[in-house]
Amino acid sequence: MSQLPILPLLPLLFGAVLAMLISLWRAEAAQVVAILATSLSLVFSVTGLIRVVNEGRLTYDLGGWPPPVGIEYVLDPLSAFMVTIVAFIGLMVSLYPVEVAFDIRPGRGMPVYALALLLLTGLTGVMLSGDLFHLFVMLEIYAISTYGLVSLGGDRGTFAAFRYLLLGTVGSGLYLLGIGFLYFSTGTLNMADMAAILPGIADSPSVLGGLGLIVIGLALKMALFPLHIWLPDAHSFSPPGVAALLAAVQVKAGAYSLIRILFDVFGPTYLGAEGLPVSTALIWFGLAGVVVGSVLAIRQRDIKRMLAYSTVAQLGYIGVGIGLATPLALVGALLHVLNHALMKSALFLVAGGIIQRTGLKAIPRFAGLGKRMPLTMFGFAIAALSMVGIPPLAGFWSKFYLVLGAVEVGNWVVAVVIGASSLLTLVYFLRLFEQIFVREPEEALVAEATEPGSRIVGTVWTLAAAIVLVGAFTVVLVGDVLGPLAERMVG
Amino acid sequence: MIELFLSRYVYLFVLALLAIGLYGVLAKQDLVKKLIGLVIFSTAIYIFYIEGSLQEGGTAPVLDERGTDPALYVDPLPHLLILTAIVVGVGVLGVGLALLVRIYRAHGSLDESVVAERLAGRFPTDTELEDDQAERNPVAGADTPDDAPGDTDGDGRGPA
Repeated sequence: MSQLPILPLLPLLFGAVLAMLISLWRAEAAQVVAILATSLSLVFSVTGLIRVVNEGRLTYDLGGWPPPVGIEYVLDPLSAFMVTIVAFIGLMVSLYPVEVAFDIRPGRGMPVYALALLLLTGLTGVMLSGDLFHLFVMLEIYAISTYGLVSLGGDRGTFAAFRYLLLGTVGSGLYLLGIGFLYFSTGTLNMADMAAILPGIADSPSVLGGLGLIVIGLALKMALFPLHIWLPDAHSFSPPGVAALLAAVQVKAGAYSLIRILFDVFGPTYLGAEGLPVSTALIWFGLAGVVVGSVLAIRQRDIKRMLAYSTVAQLGYIGVGIGLATPLALVGALLHVLNHALMKSALFLVAGGIIQRTGLKAIPRFAGLGKRMPLTMFGFAIAALSMVGIPPLAGFWSKFYLVLGAVEVGNWVVAVVIGASSLLTLVYFLRLFEQIFVREPEEALVAEATEPGSRIVGTVWTLAAAIVLVGAFTVVLVGDVLGPLAERMVG
Repeated sequence: MIELFLSRYVYLFVLALLAIGLYGVLAKQDLVKKLIGLVIFSTAIYIFYIEGSLQEGGTAPVLDERGTDPALYVDPLPHLLILTAIVVGVGVLGVGLALLVRIYRAHGSLDESVVAERLAGRFPTDTELEDDQAERNPVAGADTPDDAPGDTDGDGRGPA
């Protein structure tokens, strides 16, 4: 029983408490705590990733109680992969200057970083949990932190946070109801245990009911069309750092839970054949999300709202990848989780930089920014090109694997829609490119703007470098980590 | 049919409460009523768990001289799960109410359509509202660099 599965979580949890306490002494110290906590978590998760890829899954029993009596923390390649992403994005947002990231200069005692660290704790807990109810608790922990963080975005943020609270709690409630059905049918809450019991009772209506409720609850958390309505408001009205955290990792926790529960707990018996057409539903709603998200993104004039609708579209890709349920498609979905996290957080951090120097959020007024902030916009260019899907950047590879997965099962609709939607993505980013790089500065605010501070440029460039590296080393990543993982889960 | 109803009537109540709660969240205009609908929805889920934990002829899950046969006691695990879920629900309710306090202070109303209208800027901008916003969001120059509550995000609708 190794302690490694719980180690990525502990620095974040204790960091949250420490940040809260230390902010009573000196407000800036909380950011230092956040940076240390996320770095420590990143170190542990990378160590964990390397170890489980080489040696296989590790478990840790909380309190020494063995499963299925106790709660189990599981570190397998999928969890380690996701936890690394969470810790890395958390570190980037912690390094970002606080007034731009959270739209507030926290006074003494304001738990801004404590909330952010709690969000990361909840996310890490979701990804490491080996027990269905513990996943619910962690789901709620990060959701409550999110409600608080989104409300930092002023009056619109507060209203958006309230609406998100209503919908998010309904989603968690549905998930809880689903677990209830499963518990009463199987007698256990431990994922591994349930995976052994479930294939035997595949014709039970309550188990199928549980499956349906869980999928809907998690789809709401993952903002899969048509349950995505909370996302545009929540992401566009929250401060840039919060939006980066939300878009990059928070919705991915819902996707991770769906992948884990559908493939590891329920397994192939339940996907598609008899029972509920979960796979088909995921594919079709995912495709709808891709199209709707991309089309609506084109119409937006506010950059954060455009990025929010773009997130809806990208989550549609992930939904399609999960629905296709072939190893290649799952690899594509997981790769897109990583790539989108890097790309979208880079884009939101760039938006934060623009807001810091010019206060502008409207795309038509961005003319000529490329000439005034060349370094930041270079990072933007990399992230945007990757989102469109230009090889050899990272974004191309995830779409490539998704299309391969679709072609493998003969689902041409998916392949065509993914290709076409890349064109749609190109449309809305092309507008930005034209404004930023081609036009001359028109507004006084832009003409007098200077490059955003070194921390903003630094974090944006780190993320851009990560995008390039992931793109270059995708084959290694897929071959060593994601491929075997997908084979085991779906094959 | 009647035996089915008599033995499962609690689940019908759960279903009714889920529907009522969801109706409250989605259809009611008043924000507090939406929150109450949410609480009703969550309560229905708690009742479902407790009902499922019941054992015919079982007693409270405290070990006594009757013996250690599990069939003699009610299943305690759902009770624990629901205790946790209730605490989580209380936390969510607290955050929701705190958000409502801020919304009320900013807009003077808890009606969803009124708040949405004000946020969309279709009401005439009053100086009170802008002073409130300025003092409540002490942003270090991130929103309006020139302090004028004009149209900063170009959507034609007032301050961002």
